[in-house]
Amino acid sequence: MMKEAFTNYKTPSSQLVKVAEIAAPYRDRPEMLMKVVTQVQKIVPAFTDSVAAVIAREMNISQTQVYSFVTFYAMLSVKPRGKYIVRMCKSAPCHVLGAKEIVREMESLLGIKMGETTEDRRFTLEYCPCLGICDISPAIMINDKTYGNLTAESVRSVIKRYIREDVE
Amino acid sequence: MIHITIDGERTSVPEGTTILEAAKLMNVHIPTLCHHEDQAIKAVCRICVVEVEGQIQLPTACNTPVSEGMVIKTASPKVIKARKNIMELILSRHTQDCLICSKNGTCELQSVASDLNMSRRNRYELEARNVEVDESSPSIVRDMTKCILCGRCVEVCTDVQGITVMDKENRGYHTLVVPPYGKSLVDTACVNCGQCVQVCPVGAISIHDNTDEVYSELEAGRKVVIQMAPSVRITLAESLGYDPGTVTTGKIVHALRKIGFYKVFDSDFSADLTIMEEGNELLQRLNGGETLPMITSCCPAWVKYCETYAPDHVSHLSTAKSPQQMFGSVIKTYFAEKEQLDPSEICSVSVMPCTAKKFECKRSEMNDSGYQDVDIVLTVQELAKMIRTAGIDFENISDSEFDQPFGLGSGAAQIFGATGGVMEAALRTVYEVVTNKTLDNLDFEDVRGFGGIREASVDLDGTVVKVAIAHGLKNAKIVLEQIKAGNCDYHFIEIMACPGGCIGGGGNAPKTWKKLEKRKEAIYREDKNLPIRKSHDNPYIKQIYEEFLGEPLGERSHKLLHTHYIDRSDLLR
Amino acid sequence: MEEMHVLLRNKGKINPEDAGSYISAGGYEGLKKALKMTTEEIIDVVRESKLRGRGGAGFPTYKKIQFALNDAEPKYVVCNADEGEPGTNKDRILLSSDPCSIFEGMAIIGKAIGAHIGYIYMRAEYSYLVPILESALKTSREHGCLGENIMGSGFDFDIKLRSGAGAYVCGEETALFESIEGKRGEPRYRPPFPGVKGLFGKPTILNNVETLANIGPIFMNGADWFRSIGTEGSSGTKLFTVCGNVKRRGVFEFPMGINLKDLIYEVCGGLEEGRTLLAVQTGGASGAVINKDQIDVMLDIDHVSDSGGRLGCGTILVIDDSNCIVDIVRNNLDFFRDESCGKCTPCREGGTRLYELIDKLCQEKGNVKDLETIEDLAETMRLTALCGLGHSTAVPVLSSIQNFYEDYIKHIDKEGCPVCSQMGGKQA
Repeated sequence: MMKEAFTNYKTPSSQLVKVAEIAAPYRDRPEMLMKVVTQVQKIVPAFTDSVAAVIAREMNISQTQVYSFVTFYAMLSVKPRGKYIVRMCKSAPCHVLGAKEIVREMESLLGIKMGETTEDRRFTLEYCPCLGICDISPAIMINDKTYGNLTAESVRSVIKRYIREDVE
Repeated sequence: MIHITIDGERTSVPEGTTILEAAKLMNVHIPTLCHHEDQAIKAVCRICVVEVEGQIQLPTACNTPVSEGMVIKTASPKVIKARKNIMELILSRHTQDCLICSKNGTCELQSVASDLNMSRRNRYELEARNVEVDESSPSIVRDMTKCILCGRCVEVCTDVQGITVMDKENRGYHTLVVPPYGKSLVDTACVNCGQCVQVCPVGAISIHDNTDEVYSELEAGRKVVIQMAPSVRITLAESLGYDPGTVTTGKIVHALRKIGFYKVFDSDFSADLTIMEEGNELLQRLNGGETLPMITSCCPAWVKYCETYAPDHVSHLSTAKSPQQMFGSVIKTYFAEKEQLDPSEICSVSVMPCTAKKFECKRSEMNDSGYQDVDIVLTVQELAKMIRTAGIDFENISDSEFDQPFGLGSGAAQIFGATGGVMEAALRTVYEVVTNKTLDNLDFEDVRGFGGIREASVDLDGTVVKVAIAHGLKNAKIVLEQIKAGNCDYHFIEIMACPGGCIGGGGNAPKTWKKLEKRKEAIYREDKNLPIRKSHDNPYIKQIYEEFLGEPLGERSHKLLHTHYIDRSDLLR
Repeated sequence: MEEMHVLLRNKGKINPEDAGSYISAGGYEGLKKALKMTTEEIIDVVRESKLRGRGGAGFPTYKKIQFALNDAEPKYVVCNADEGEPGTNKDRILLSSDPCSIFEGMAIIGKAIGAHIGYIYMRAEYSYLVPILESALKTSREHGCLGENIMGSGFDFDIKLRSGAGAYVCGEETALFESIEGKRGEPRYRPPFPGVKGLFGKPTILNNVETLANIGPIFMNGADWFRSIGTEGSSGTKLFTVCGNVKRRGVFEFPMGINLKDLIYEVCGGLEEGRTLLAVQTGGASGAVINKDQIDVMLDIDHVSDSGGRLGCGTILVIDDSNCIVDIVRNNLDFFRDESCGKCTPCREGGTRLYELIDKLCQEKGNVKDLETIEDLAETMRLTALCGLGHSTAVPVLSSIQNFYEDYIKHIDKEGCPVCSQMGGKQA
């Protein structure tokens, strides 16, 4: 990864305190790293160097190990992502049913390309492998909610709802 | 025993033998890249694939154990085709600048590619990994455009040194081995030990080369003096193709003169000086109720480790400088005075088995002479290249003597190069100083060897001193954890970052434990053959205290030969 | 055609979050029987049932159990719920509609090998199922079907939930272990096999969700009953996920051996009006691509293999004539290059090189030499990659070249593929 990929984003110290609280019970238990990062992911928008350093310190592992782990898994990110991560299935079942069209629609609506995050950090568009809901392809997942049988019109209204209101 | 057939020849080997090992027993050479005899089996490069009758796929020889009746073909057309295809993939991601690579001629990839006769044009577009070369570290250069992702460096940094400065980033085609978050090596907790350089099969991790600076100095006309570390005479010849453990002290001295050094000094002298200071510091700590255990501070990688991971415990480190740095300040003061030279006219160079020494000489506090005490550090590998560059016929060059008064060292100083050596050297002196008796047996066998952590007790006329030796930072960490927990009852601990001590240092030719064994034998043999084997018996040591330093731990000694440490825990953020 | 619901017997009929509901429907009866049996008796039942793994490889389940019959301790039973094969939804259906049936299978295997801890490793994309599973686990414990002294038998067995974080390769068993151990999900070399050295270096039996869900019914109804379903070599039912260009998509349960053509046309209603069949890919992205003349085939483990295909996890991707086969293979390769862990050379480098070459063909910039390179490289990956992911990458490539050679040649001849010229995907 090139250096410019690491943005100037800094994790606020209040979040770092919470990260430490999540990681602290797992000192010297490196096998719990997945559990720690999935919990931490819920409260931080990115695994920045400081987040990784806190996890490393609390779990007694190296910062590099945390970093290496995070960069391996597609759903973990070292770059800040949006409040809503919109994942578009890239696999063949959605591909043969018009995924490209859904992508075009979302990109034009949000004004960003796949892989990017809106400036207000509300949305991130990402490709993902098959979501396992091929009975309703083409499909997307927004955080942990799924939407299927999408058309250009229906995906527009789904995204618009997320633009207008906070969906929990 | 398991009965197998390799390339048509039947044999039997013990159960658990891998195909690679079995082939070796049959004098069949199977190429490998990720495999390293001292490391865990990886089976990732896949270059060692072989054909096994009845198997659809081609298993890798390095990890596949033989089984009864196995019929193996190690070089069938199918195998050769697969190996060439794999090599082609590797080469398509590898910068093709072999002629200007530090590993040119010693590169494992080059050698395997040559054996495989990779003469056809690569079918893929060359796309080396897109990462800038990292020259930020004074010790180590990382060039990931050459990395073949064998994983050896990650293993040594994690499993031997326990610090994991570098690890894999991303996955798939975009996998790299890097420090985290785009950091340059200099901004990490890297201790500069160079163990990664030792295991890198290609030129992806190499020694930061300072030979050009030496040539510049030689050309500029300053008085370029050089000191040579205890283990250099043991390991240098290996870098020129000799067998491990071939000692060539006189040849190296002669070669250094031919290259143009003004004076050639022996760091064995300053190792003796270190023992005088460190030994007396130990006695002072034992008697004065000061911080114990005292830990050696000769190893700059260990010192940086302690400063980074245990900044609250640096008071355990002896304040004595390393032999290199003691020599540095002595050369630009005492020697300059004697020679009636202005210190600014001296360029002080050292040749070391160590990459971390390059970092140590640049530490900002290492200027007690009023100048940077040591200007340039060369490793064994760099000096070997300079010898070749100069066209010196090393085989036939005659022996030459070191320059005095810094050309004499004791056997105690000589064994500094092996793990346990500093401890043994210190004990020889401390025993005689405390007891006023002459040691009957100078060989402290308990502190020798390659055990990760070794301990011993020495009776100093009723006072029992407990000592320990650790080498490899993972072992150092264990000792350090005991100190942190307050349950460490040693008085004196020797710690060396590199496995085997300095003879296993990152600046030498790549090592294996087998080679280290030979180097170790050589270093103790040297000790045994030296007329003086105790630091305090070195006449020039007596002389320098009389003429210049005063006494160990005295005012001038303290100023020139001792140092302090800083908190580097920021590097972990 | 009527489905046969063994695995889906409780779907929509019970409350998946409540073990009590499962028990009322006859659940945990198989476990009750197994708890009274010896290791040998349990293995005998599984062997006689002829149950074979449903994750893709079709390995006899009893043999897997036998591998872990050693003295080492502790041992683990792991459920592979990292369903990542593109187009596959069956495990999600089981996890969400009848999770206790999976626990039951795990407990029975635990009893057989003397394991007391089970792990369910579930892909992150299914994290919304976690509350269902947690509740099902909790109520199972409350009913004495999990935890200490199960059903008063003196046997302890409990299950822990673990999640992935987005990595298809973690469906490979040893990569899955690495992930549970808090590491990058990179596969290990074998041997040692998991039965000897698996999770945390201990003997481990890993099974797919669907395999485990079969075990309860086998013990409840007997091996003879199970063997009476399906075909000679593949007993029992199979969950088929049919996706792509068919009218009715979803997960369907039939006895092993149903005809593929019937499944597409009878069960799923065939293709949209005006479309004709181009190809079928069986077994997900790592499956073979077959043409319309090859679909009259019995869907069981051996028959599909014999005809050059791969039943795999039972995924049937139907591809109609609005698509281009080279583009579909490009899509498969895009998936594999994204999901390669990067550990071994052939898959790390080869996966992307294959993608680049196929992409070159799609862009009509390729030649016959490129096609030769593609075949040669795919074959090398199949022969030399460290794990199944690398081997599988070759399958769609080699099978499609074999079954759709003309389509490749058309791209080399630059005949102007309407799909590829649109950068892939369905045409409007």
